[in-house]
Amino acid sequence: MNVAPLSLVIAAIVAWLAIGAAGLVRPRNLRFVSRALFPAGGLVGLALAAVAGYSIDLPPAAAVLPLGLPDLPFHLRLDALSAFFLLLLGATGAAISLFSAGYFRASEGTPPGLVCFEFHVFLAAMALVLVADDAYLFMVAWESMALSSFFLVTTEHRIPEIRRAGFLYLVIAHVGAIAILLCFGVLQGGSGDYTFASMRSITLTGAWPTAAFFLALAGFGAKAGLLPLHIWLPEAHPAAPSPVSALMSGVMLKTAIYGLLRVAFDLIHAQVWWWGVVALTLGLATALFGVVFAAVQTDMKRLLAYSSIENIGIIVAGIGLAILFRAYDKTLLAAITLTALLYHSLNHAFFKSLLFLATGSVLHATKERNLGKLGGLIHRMPWVAWLALVGTLAAAGIPPLNGFVSEWLLLQAFLFTPSLPQSFINMLVPLAAAALILSAALAAYVMVKFFGVVFLGRPREPNLAYARDAGPFERCALIYLATGCLLLGVLPVNVIALIEPVNALLIGAKTTRQIADNWLLLAPISADRSSYSPLIVLAVIVGVVLLTMQVVHRLYHGRVRRAPPWDCGFPLQTPRMQDTAEGFGQPIRQIFEPFFRMERHLPSPFDLAPRYSVKVDDHFWRALYLPIARGAELLARTAGKIQQGRISIYLTYSFCTLLALLYFVR
Amino acid sequence: MSAAAIASQLLQLAIALALAPLLVGWVNQCRAWLANRSAPPLLLPYYTIRKLFVKDAVVAENASAVFRTTPYIVFAAMCCAAAIVPSLATDLPFARAADAIALVGLFALARVFIALAAMDIGTAFGSLGARREMLVGFLAEPALLMVLFTASLISGSTSLPTIVDTFAHRELAIYPSLAFAGVAFTMVSLAENARIPVDNPATHLELTMIHEAMLLEYSARHLALMEWAAALKLFNYSCIGLALFFPYGIAAAGGDWLAMLGAAPALIGKLMIGGFLLALIETLSAKMRIFRAPEFLGTAFLLAVLAMLVNQMLGS
Repeated sequence: MNVAPLSLVIAAIVAWLAIGAAGLVRPRNLRFVSRALFPAGGLVGLALAAVAGYSIDLPPAAAVLPLGLPDLPFHLRLDALSAFFLLLLGATGAAISLFSAGYFRASEGTPPGLVCFEFHVFLAAMALVLVADDAYLFMVAWESMALSSFFLVTTEHRIPEIRRAGFLYLVIAHVGAIAILLCFGVLQGGSGDYTFASMRSITLTGAWPTAAFFLALAGFGAKAGLLPLHIWLPEAHPAAPSPVSALMSGVMLKTAIYGLLRVAFDLIHAQVWWWGVVALTLGLATALFGVVFAAVQTDMKRLLAYSSIENIGIIVAGIGLAILFRAYDKTLLAAITLTALLYHSLNHAFFKSLLFLATGSVLHATKERNLGKLGGLIHRMPWVAWLALVGTLAAAGIPPLNGFVSEWLLLQAFLFTPSLPQSFINMLVPLAAAALILSAALAAYVMVKFFGVVFLGRPREPNLAYARDAGPFERCALIYLATGCLLLGVLPVNVIALIEPVNALLIGAKTTRQIADNWLLLAPISADRSSYSPLIVLAVIVGVVLLTMQVVHRLYHGRVRRAPPWDCGFPLQTPRMQDTAEGFGQPIRQIFEPFFRMERHLPSPFDLAPRYSVKVDDHFWRALYLPIARGAELLARTAGKIQQGRISIYLTYSFCTLLALLYFVR
Repeated sequence: MSAAAIASQLLQLAIALALAPLLVGWVNQCRAWLANRSAPPLLLPYYTIRKLFVKDAVVAENASAVFRTTPYIVFAAMCCAAAIVPSLATDLPFARAADAIALVGLFALARVFIALAAMDIGTAFGSLGARREMLVGFLAEPALLMVLFTASLISGSTSLPTIVDTFAHRELAIYPSLAFAGVAFTMVSLAENARIPVDNPATHLELTMIHEAMLLEYSARHLALMEWAAALKLFNYSCIGLALFFPYGIAAAGGDWLAMLGAAPALIGKLMIGGFLLALIETLSAKMRIFRAPEFLGTAFLLAVLAMLVNQMLGS
């Protein structure tokens, strides 16, 4: 068999589209859609991941499809960067499809067959974005991705808030798309040829590369959720069904990272150091902002959405650092940074999908998204709880899980920054490292809050006693993702071997010799400087735990007596006395007060029925978006004045236009 | 990896496990002397741990497995940490598997599990303690990491034995950055080990406690492991501090048993002085309100960042 991997990728895309179309045949048949179509989509995802993993080391392959407009065929290309992100898409998408098989139920909103269609179009569009090799196909795929995900977000379209959230998402997506379109316009450099191959061959001069980079940063940043274009994320994620949130947060945000990498490292040749500084600062600001807001959320999916903003911020900060190193020709460090950020993208795809899917199971079992009304679910839903614990630890950056490895690598890059020519940057790097560590430490706070409030403690509402654990499909998907988190955590050297070809493609440097000492020991730069072996750490921890258990039980005894909780002897204990989500986030709210816009209502001691409420918003709405909206409205109203509704006036307008045109054309 | 290195590794782990409760006993003794009280026996922590192991464990009715496994996980994390931190010699093969950043990760692992276990029972005190512990942690952890980074930058390695080797066996050089780092590290260790002024290890007063609030529901062997782990944590922090700022006397790698024999009294002497200084700080300062703690730790964090900046600026 000698089939080009690119044809297999195309076959996978076509298969996804076909599965989606099959859903349209019998849109209301839930059994058919969920038991046959979604698992089939998952298999396609697995196959795609396998093909991508195999082709990551192969030389780039290109193809031209005779589709599209008459003179503009679709160009496709599969290189290491595309393959890496296809791997991410396929591997994560497979689990999410499997979960969807057990998740979607008959509901008031979009019928299941239509959801299946949108879902698979979304997957196919993301895959097309990753293999597109000309601006035309890229934009077509990009927009199909935005549209299909918009319809998925508004699955429950009968609820007004969900329609609003979807609309907001669509608006920001289009603002971003315009920026990307302009970016490609700049990149083609007046040649009129919109293939990426031509863009690669053109060297832009003057301010044009800078313009292209910042347009790309704005356009892809809008999709990724960079400050200040992040506002759609915390609205759209809670609105969407959980598998869709998982797909958007785990995979779609990564297509934006892909786009940014493609433009910044592949299509633009020369990097300028201060782009890196801007991206680094913006990324770290986003990371801190996201994590601080995540800490004060009361809705579990909003909390995860803000945590996604944080992770994207870390990844973009990594891109900034890589650009910085690249601009100063520190190729090895740039390679380590790129490895770290690609690794983090993969990790985030796994653990965030896992957590979003777990919230989906909780949502189904309890009909409740509000953290203040959950609790104690580890007793009722042990599978979901224990698997979510893996995701929680991974997201909190705890060794030996996967979140820690990428942070470790990124910190290594920060730490061993040699002195760069600019003393300003030498000052900036430690500060950036400090901000990065601070947001990573806050992530642990957020994750303890998430897991502790949802799964631990006592149920805060009586109806939680009837919560049922996830079904077999959902369970399998969660197990798959949790295993992925563990394996990505303990086998970093093998994962980095996958990322190597991407480094070679983007910056022309292989780091195998330096990064991987042997398969057990991760040692970038050299083993004398730093090394980390999660597998050994895991083995030692597990070994000590088992040994201690054995020794304690053998030497003494294993007797256990159950009794009511002691709680310092307080006689009255109700589940309402546990920390609520607001309570757990209260210290953060107090410390980072200037970050928030708070509306708080405190009861007075004399209230007979005291009520407490607090609403936390970010400043961007008021300070940035509302003025823009008002300005647009004003502009529209002013423009509206010229519409008089009388034919004579319109004829005058035409006449003036003609005169003006004649003057200019002459 | 030679047999001697493995022996040195195991010996240092055993010493950490054995000496940790003694260090706690010594600090308590010093505190009592300084407060003009009659001191408890020096070996009291050992008696306590032994007593707790013998007793029957009482576990709350609604405790999940998180609650029951946490003591073992925390203990294991602290053992791992003890295996990385050089106390007698810098011969630590396990340190290749986990460097200074991973050390901070191990502390975070322990912290996250203690906090989760505290929330597991669903009592008011448990979640209060968990919230406060995470509050202390999210500021102390970056500060500790920045301190370790400063040391790593000077020695060009994040591996703790290498850092200590660099500091201990090099001609005496003055690093201004280490002064900042030292102050930051002292502040962080006070907070992380639940000491005055951030927390009070001797209180069960609900308004003030952090660490104890999380252990309220533990009893018997679980409590014993938690106490032992806490003692190990204090021992680890002391050894990190000694290794970074007073590494003199520690034996170099290479399995020189004579040097290790000489390092033992040096270690005990340094720990005794360190423990006394800790007791002195605790006696001389008052417990802060919980919301002063972020300021205190924020100062530590800024000092640590300053240390790294100074290091970058002076290029040393």
